[in-house]
Amino acid sequence: MYSASDLRKGLKIEIDGEPCIITDFQFVKPGKGQAIYRCKIRNLFTGSTLDKSYRSVEKIDKPNLLSKDLIYSYEDGSDFVFMDTDTYEQIHVSSDVLGNQKYFLVEDMEVEVLFFNNRPLEVTLPNFIEKKIIETEPGARGDTATNVLKPAKVDNGYEVQVPIFVNEGDVIRIDTRTGAYSERVSKG
Amino acid sequence: MKRLVAAGYKRIFQMGACFRRGERGDLHHPEFTMLEWYRSGADYLDILTDTKALIAHVANEVRGTTDIAYQGNEISLVPLWNLTTVSNAFIQHAGWDPVKEFDEDRFDLDLVTKVEPALPHDVPVILSDYPSALAALARRKRANPAVSERWELYIGGLELANAYSELTDSVEQKARFDKWAAMREEAGRERYPLDHAFLSALESGLPECAGIALGVDRLVMLLADAASLDDVMAFREG
Repeated sequence: MYSASDLRKGLKIEIDGEPCIITDFQFVKPGKGQAIYRCKIRNLFTGSTLDKSYRSVEKIDKPNLLSKDLIYSYEDGSDFVFMDTDTYEQIHVSSDVLGNQKYFLVEDMEVEVLFFNNRPLEVTLPNFIEKKIIETEPGARGDTATNVLKPAKVDNGYEVQVPIFVNEGDVIRIDTRTGAYSERVSKG
Repeated sequence: MKRLVAAGYKRIFQMGACFRRGERGDLHHPEFTMLEWYRSGADYLDILTDTKALIAHVANEVRGTTDIAYQGNEISLVPLWNLTTVSNAFIQHAGWDPVKEFDEDRFDLDLVTKVEPALPHDVPVILSDYPSALAALARRKRANPAVSERWELYIGGLELANAYSELTDSVEQKARFDKWAAMREEAGRERYPLDHAFLSALESGLPECAGIALGVDRLVMLLADAASLDDVMAFREG
C-alpha cells in the first residue's frame, strides 16, 4: 500500500483492480485544514483518465508489477511473440499494448516488458533502431534547408518524416520513444 | 503574539520564517515567510480594513497600480471585495451546508475540489464565518454561535491570509485545545503539548483583539504574476 504522501507524478498505482499512472499531481492544503493530494490519473490498459483527490490518511493500492527482459521472436496474427531466455517460455503481447512500437521490433531484439498481474502492460524498446528507406520522393536539388521534411517509408511499411537529403536505400536511425527520424546512418 | 497582547501591547506585527514538514506543491514549501499582526480593541472586520489597505499599498509601491493581472485575470484590488460566508459558498458550489451538518473530511475535500475553484478570480474574495469546529482559536459569532469570526482571503485563486477575532475566554480555549488534541490523536496524528503559557496569559486577561497571518511568498506570486512559489523563492527544496 502507498500512503497519500507517497503520491507523485509518474507513480503507478492500482485503482479498482486496474493499473494506473499519475500524470499530474498537486499538493494542496486549505488554510488550517488537512493535506489533500489532487491527482490526474490514466488507466494504463484503457487509456481513460480521471481526477481523484486523496486525503493524507488514505491508503492507495500498489500494483503488482514485474519487469522482465525478453527476446522478440516473431509476429503471430495480431500478437507479437517474445521469449523468456531463462524459462524458454513464449509470451504473447497484443498489438494494442505495442501500438506504434510494433514497427520497431527487430528479430532477436532484447526488450523490457512490464507485467501487471502477469498481463503484459508496457514494452520498453532500445531507444534507437536502424531501418532502410524503401520509398521516398527525391529531394529537390538545391533545397538543403535542414528543417524541410518529406515522408519516407521504411521496409516494414512505417512512414516517417525525413530531411530532404535522405534517399531510397539509405539506412536511418529512428528514436523508438517518439517514432521520429534521428539521423542518417549510411547512404544506399 | 497573543501573550504580548495580553501583556498590554496593542498593535504588534512580525514577519518571519515558518516551517511545515512535508508540504510541497506550487503553493506550498516547507519553509515560507509569514506576516502576522494583531490589534487589541478590534475584531476580524477591522483586520479586513487593515488588509485591504496593506494590499493596495504594496501593489501601488511595486506595480504602480491596484489594477493587476494575475494568470490571465484582470483584478482590481480596491475597493470592493467579494464577501461571502462559508455557508453560502458551500450551499452554492458543493450543495450542502457545513454549518448545519459538519463533516471535516468532506469539508476539506469539497473546499479544494468544488468551492475554491468556483470562487471568482477577478475580484478579491473573503470567505468568512467558518463552522466553529474549524476555528480553534477564534471567537464565536454572538448572533450565531455555530460559526466563528474567521475569514480567509483569496485573490486570483490564491489563498493569501487567515484572520480571526481572537478567542479571549481561557476556559473555552482550554476545552477546545483538549477536544482538538483528542481529534488529532484519534486521526493518528502527532499530539501537540498543551500551551500552558498561552493559557495562563488568557487567564490573566486578554483584551478583545483580532489577528491575521498572511503568506508573504504568495503575495509576491500575485504581484509578480507567478504560477508557482518556485518562481519567486530564492532557495527551494524538492
